[in-house]
Amino acid sequence: MSSAYGYFPGCSLKGTGIAYEESLLALFHLLDLPLAELDDWNCCGATSYMSIDERSAFSLSARNLTLAQKAGHRDLMAPCSACYLALRKTQDYLQRYPKLAAGNGALAAIRAVRVRHPLEIIYSDVGLDRIRKKVARQWHGGRVACYYGCQMVRPYGEVDCDTDPTRMDELLRAAGVSTVEYPLKTKCCGGSLTGTTHEVGVRLNYILLKEAARKGAEAIVTVCPLCQYNLDAYQAEIRRSSKDPVDLPILYFTQILAWVLGAEIESLGLTRAIAGRKRIAQWFKPAEREAYV
Amino acid sequence: MSEPFGPVRIGVYICHCGTNIAATVDVKALAEYADLLPNVVLSRDYKYMCSDPGQDLIRQDIRDRQLNRVVVASCSPHLHEHTFRTALKVGGLNPFYFHMVNIREQASWVHESRAQATRKAKDLVRAAVQRVAFHQPLERGRVAIQPDVLIVGGGIAGIHAALTLANAGKHVFLVEREATIGGHMAKFDKTFPTLDCAACILTPKMSAVRSHPNITLWTYSEVTKVDGYVGNYKATVLRHPRFIDESLCSGCLECIEACVYKQAKVNDDFNMGLSKRRPIYIPFPQAVPQVPVVDPETCIQFKSGKCKTTCIAACGDRHAINLHMEAKEEQIEVGTVILATGFQTFDARRAPYYGYGKYPNVYTALEVERLVNASGPTAGEVVLRDGRRPKAVGIVHCVGSRDENTNRWCSRVCCMYSLKLAHLVKEHTGAEIFNFYIDMRTPGKGFEEFYQKLLSERVHFIRGRVAEVTDWALDSSEEGNLVIRVEDTLAGFVRRIPVDMVVLATGLEPHADAPEVRRLFNISCASEGFFLERHPKLAPVNTFTDGIFLAGCCQGPKDIPDTVAQAGAAAAEALALIDAGYVETEPNTAHVDEERCCGCKTCISMCPYHAVAFVDEIHKSRVNEVLCKGCGTCVAACPSGAIRQNLFEDDQIFAEIEGVLSNA
Amino acid sequence: MPEEFEPRIVAFFCNWCTYLAADLAGTSRIKYYPNAEVVRVMCSGRVDVQFVLKAFAKGADGVLIGGCHPGDCHYQEGNYKALRRYRLLRRLLRQMGIEDERLRLEWISAAEGDRVRAVINEMVETLRKLGPLVKSDAARAHLLEVA
Repeated sequence: MSSAYGYFPGCSLKGTGIAYEESLLALFHLLDLPLAELDDWNCCGATSYMSIDERSAFSLSARNLTLAQKAGHRDLMAPCSACYLALRKTQDYLQRYPKLAAGNGALAAIRAVRVRHPLEIIYSDVGLDRIRKKVARQWHGGRVACYYGCQMVRPYGEVDCDTDPTRMDELLRAAGVSTVEYPLKTKCCGGSLTGTTHEVGVRLNYILLKEAARKGAEAIVTVCPLCQYNLDAYQAEIRRSSKDPVDLPILYFTQILAWVLGAEIESLGLTRAIAGRKRIAQWFKPAEREAYV
Repeated sequence: MSEPFGPVRIGVYICHCGTNIAATVDVKALAEYADLLPNVVLSRDYKYMCSDPGQDLIRQDIRDRQLNRVVVASCSPHLHEHTFRTALKVGGLNPFYFHMVNIREQASWVHESRAQATRKAKDLVRAAVQRVAFHQPLERGRVAIQPDVLIVGGGIAGIHAALTLANAGKHVFLVEREATIGGHMAKFDKTFPTLDCAACILTPKMSAVRSHPNITLWTYSEVTKVDGYVGNYKATVLRHPRFIDESLCSGCLECIEACVYKQAKVNDDFNMGLSKRRPIYIPFPQAVPQVPVVDPETCIQFKSGKCKTTCIAACGDRHAINLHMEAKEEQIEVGTVILATGFQTFDARRAPYYGYGKYPNVYTALEVERLVNASGPTAGEVVLRDGRRPKAVGIVHCVGSRDENTNRWCSRVCCMYSLKLAHLVKEHTGAEIFNFYIDMRTPGKGFEEFYQKLLSERVHFIRGRVAEVTDWALDSSEEGNLVIRVEDTLAGFVRRIPVDMVVLATGLEPHADAPEVRRLFNISCASEGFFLERHPKLAPVNTFTDGIFLAGCCQGPKDIPDTVAQAGAAAAEALALIDAGYVETEPNTAHVDEERCCGCKTCISMCPYHAVAFVDEIHKSRVNEVLCKGCGTCVAACPSGAIRQNLFEDDQIFAEIEGVLSNA
Repeated sequence: MPEEFEPRIVAFFCNWCTYLAADLAGTSRIKYYPNAEVVRVMCSGRVDVQFVLKAFAKGADGVLIGGCHPGDCHYQEGNYKALRRYRLLRRLLRQMGIEDERLRLEWISAAEGDRVRAVINEMVETLRKLGPLVKSDAARAHLLEVA
């Protein structure tokens, strides 16, 4: 039995979402949470494969779960919401319909391994009190809107409440960050639509950005690399087409938490950001380190 | 194992129950099979054994064929055991020479294979034939019925039942938990479909309760303990202190005026938290009894002891206020109990996507009842929490009803009250009203016509279950509004409807403490949590505990006309028992064979009713048959087999077991 | 074990909860295996140890006792007594070589029609795998001496 959390990065965290991995590793290191990346993990297929061929998609995730079990991990952490849902859904379906698992050899793994998300791990295994105590820097940034996206909370509602999640808000507030009421926090960002039906995807993101600004947020904080990418990458286009001067930094919750807990600025992946760079530069000033709040 | 006494002549009757049994169980083969069993003198099959001709068959056969045992294979004994036992009695045979086999609820209705269901039916009939041979003749005991009645709950159901019984000359204890009777109905403005003023039809009845010589009204009280059995219940009622003596108070209410709190600060529950009250208060102006209550949680005198107690001064030489009043326990003896404890409304916070508690202009239906009520917190003006008057109102049906995620049932009254509120709010404000519904359920008398009237009043009806109430605006036209997002299933697209005010039609639920209350009275709850009736069609006010009846929404959601009808029915059932003067007890009690009893006393500790006592003089146990309820626990525990249970003797059950298992 | 082995179960159901639940399953037309036959008692506390032994001796492959949930017994405590007896009985049965799965005590309330189906079906499937209780008549005769 390994005491480390099995770590399934998924394709995004090694690619466009590399800032997520960087800040996540920094954060987990600061919190003394051992991570062990799965050896030889494969792509989970995310929503694309699952929509086209469910059974094959299940095989992809079943393999990852088996790898985790063989490595002795009780918990398998998937930071990307789509990876999280693919793994979790595979686990759920194979348990309910064991015939799907027959021949897969994965049933034992499916029962032995828990699929988890870093937001829930930090909330449950670390807890708000410990976060409060470990704060090493005061947050000098603005108010943020916590955006949970759709895949992490629905349908299982295990990482957080499916209609009204608050754990990211609570964690950030414990770290000294002000959050705003954000009614669109679980409204879909469009996912791959920005690639396939571009206008629809961009419009969905516009609504999310506009509403966050209207509620007084100066940044949006996410848990998913695709949400982060969608909200971040098209702001220039949105400015042009809507005439709305939107320019919000889109951060990962791990970036803010790691920063407040004292991480080095280089470890946060902030250079990957596209929009809101001015604010990011102002908020994350390495020279201003303060003692315990 | 012993043998039955004397020659046994059994008649077996297989019921078809129309096609309910006959479609799955081969009733002819079953009858033929039964004919060949030992001691069976005749075996018949018939379409409806419980009907008059069916029962006649039994009566005739007893006489003509000298039957001394009868077996009927049909439905559940819970339905017709009594019917057939009576048939035996009329036919001249002791009714307990009868045994019933359930081949409907537990065979034909639950098994698909005809062969298997018939095989099982044969086993069960064989078992019954073997068992009934060991039946003994038994007599029912009689117990006198205490004529008084306890009614728990003072809403419209309890009030109506109380008045009916009191007018019939019976003495009623009406116990109500709140400080006033009236229940939920007292909060309504108008009632559907006639738009009668609720207070106008309710308060005369409340007043009648107050002045009726046969009704003892105890408000601010709760039943805490119940012992006994039908005809002889002993209940303990805890009377919470109101700190004002009801017998001295004249109902002038000057103490409330005189309270040191010039500004009321405590949430007024009667007005659903939309207004405030003082620590000394009366729930509403027409409360019965017209006696205020002091709330010890918020009264300064209780919290610090340093109040000027201007209330006491205002009371003057009546001296009705007694801040040292203590809780009092009353013990009463009644013969029957009617439970009329009502319902609670669904907590809209359990549906957070509708924004209740988050957006100030989202209301529950009960809150709006208080708003439109002329004696409510806003004197009948529909004014929002932020002071504005609404120009567009959305009424969301089925909040906490017909929902897999919250409550599955339909709460039956919400469509009608939503129509009513639509009408009233439009009348008060002239606003544009939208009702969002799944189906329009308007089954009662005048209900459909009411719906048609609303349609002609230009209220908008959108068929679709509201997905969410939100405040994010898609464009400037939605700024500052609440937006209702819903799929309009008739038009075929998703709509966003901006409104100023959202009204949630919250459903009806059983009270949160229904599980405790039902244990108190030894009845059951159904799967949704409402109290369980004996039979949903034929015995909707009876429970499985004799002498305890149900009335109103505690049995299931219903409107006022049905509640009143049910309350009348419960009163009638109670009256039937009381006027008969006695109740016959089931003879399935235990008795001790003193020859065999060795005085080990194992049985004494088994009985929760203290029905088994030890008689020192003879060093043996003895059962008090009046106290014995017939559970049989002592019978199973007796090491000598000295205690026996009528109707459930060891011999009988062994015979049944063997019968079930010996091969067909 | 013969291919079509169908276990026979004797079920002792208490009148107020489990029997009503079985009736509810009936009125709801819930379907379940026909292997269980019900002997009605007023309370699960009435179920004598001898009833269970007699059932096994006479050919039952399984015995099911159904009573009210703890705290809900129509006669206050009868079901607790049933539970105590059941625990002792189980020890006795083990000594005789009778597998644990053959005797089952279940709390089923009057509202739980579907649970009747679930319990009976589960028990039937378990017993199908276990096989008949007594493989030979001689062994069965030995059991008879006890009951």
